[in-house]
Amino acid sequence: MAIARAKIKSVGAAQSPLLGAAMFTPAVLYILLLVAGPFSLAIFYAFSDARIGNTEMHYVGLENFRSILKSPSFRIAIRNSFIFTICSQIVVIVGANILAIALEKTFRGRGFIRFLILLPWVAPIALGAIGWKWILDSIYSVISWVLVALHFYKPFNAPMWLGEPHLAIASVLLVHSWRLMPFSTVILLAGRTAIPKDIPEAAAVDGAGFWRTQFQIIIPMMRPILSVAVLFGLIFTFTDMTVVYILTAGGPFDSTQTLPSLAFAMGIQGSDLAAGAAISLFLVPLLIIIAYFMLRVAHRAEVN
Amino acid sequence: MRLSRRIWGKVVHVLVITVFTVLLAFPFYWMVITSFKQNVDLYTMENNPFVFNAKPTLDHLKFLFTETRFVRWLANTTFVGIVVVAITLVLAVPAAYSLARLSGRWGERLGIAIFLTYLVPQTLLFIPLSRVVAYLGLQDSLWALILVYPSFTVPFSIWLLMGFFKSIPKELEDAAMVDGLTRFGAFAKMVIPISTSGILTVVIFTFTLVTQEFVYALTFISSESNQMIGTGIPIFLVRGDVYYWGALMAACLIASLPIAFLYNLFLDRFIAGFTVGAVK
Repeated sequence: MAIARAKIKSVGAAQSPLLGAAMFTPAVLYILLLVAGPFSLAIFYAFSDARIGNTEMHYVGLENFRSILKSPSFRIAIRNSFIFTICSQIVVIVGANILAIALEKTFRGRGFIRFLILLPWVAPIALGAIGWKWILDSIYSVISWVLVALHFYKPFNAPMWLGEPHLAIASVLLVHSWRLMPFSTVILLAGRTAIPKDIPEAAAVDGAGFWRTQFQIIIPMMRPILSVAVLFGLIFTFTDMTVVYILTAGGPFDSTQTLPSLAFAMGIQGSDLAAGAAISLFLVPLLIIIAYFMLRVAHRAEVN
Repeated sequence: MRLSRRIWGKVVHVLVITVFTVLLAFPFYWMVITSFKQNVDLYTMENNPFVFNAKPTLDHLKFLFTETRFVRWLANTTFVGIVVVAITLVLAVPAAYSLARLSGRWGERLGIAIFLTYLVPQTLLFIPLSRVVAYLGLQDSLWALILVYPSFTVPFSIWLLMGFFKSIPKELEDAAMVDGLTRFGAFAKMVIPISTSGILTVVIFTFTLVTQEFVYALTFISSESNQMIGTGIPIFLVRGDVYYWGALMAACLIASLPIAFLYNLFLDRFIAGFTVGAVK
């Protein structure tokens, strides 16, 4: 038996590296071809004058970046990308923490409530966003109806939620927060259930009240999982163009444009591939920073 | 004093749950009620929009299924979903297994590297990919989506499956190999059959990701009959400036509920994939 084991081991060691490589190479190649390939192409386009319908392409150096940085739409887009990402994250983290505490207790109908709460995340966002577009309709908005019924506005005088720049920005922000809240809630809930029950109990015995237990014991213990929720949340919002595209298509007057939606408007709708590619490259620095922090979280878990 | 505090706690708890549930689920409630309202009811501003002011109707559903390509979009989405699931399994299952069993830290590191590519967003790649798709002659073809979608379903699936395979004791394969199976035979005949629940998780996850994708479908597909649900509904159910809100909401509801239900069943496993390492 010992000999058989040893033999297997040597055979395994001899054939495993080849077999192992053969098993993961197709996947790695596919990913390289379809992620690393287009990514390099995006960098390449950003320094060229590539356009849809034109097969010729020339190197133009930093010309695209120069003209982008001058464009007011781009400045609005980069500002909005950060506003949407950061503000919705603040709303989401505060809301998700509260909701996770409430969902931690068992109660009747929790499974069904959880399903309802998760809907914004698990349903396709394009479809959820259309629901909001109807809720925020310029004439038949239910929100306006309620405000008129409560006499905050005269009939036909309610604000155009998606038609005025500031309100449109607030609306996009609302939908992003709505969409992400369930995701962060479930992640935080997973973190809470992983904390041994005797820790909050011991804190209660020692006389710590609810708030002290939460803020001085539970939340510090959840730091790694909180950072996971925040990092994913940042990426999902920062790189999303679906919400803006469906709600406002970047309007009114480019006031809700974000980096991805502007890249689409310029690169695909406007046929200026080079400009679109250059705009989307502005997503990269933040993505790298987030990836760095994710690796740190993963590494810390590995060490522990 | 104690008792009143406990009652207070209960009240606050119920209140928090109610407020959040209403806020988060409201758009879906709104889809339901809009789907069954007559147009006269929907488009009269004096009507209380929360209730039916006229008899409920199935007209919007009829319109959706007979006058639009909605069924075709559902079929397209299912087709793309199934093919992408197949490709994802073929690529991800062996890769995840070999990375999970790779000696030393390298398997883990390669796994993390692959996982990080999942974070490269569609909105960064769609412009160059639109050129690649055109070059391959796949514009306005569902095959463009089938080609491109595995680039984001495979990384996360590998990551999920790696965790799964690691939980299977190595001794199992060793025993199978003592019994005369090759390493690959042990993988195919021993490991895969006991991993069905992990594989099923990947199937559901991949399928829901396909149904939720928007950017590539919007960029690569142009004709009405080739749309996926996520793009067909917002783009082609709007004729000019006319929104058929009843039909739109019905379409959103019908398309999102099954997806939401499936996703919900497996959610805890996906979350485990997101939080590997951060939860002990």
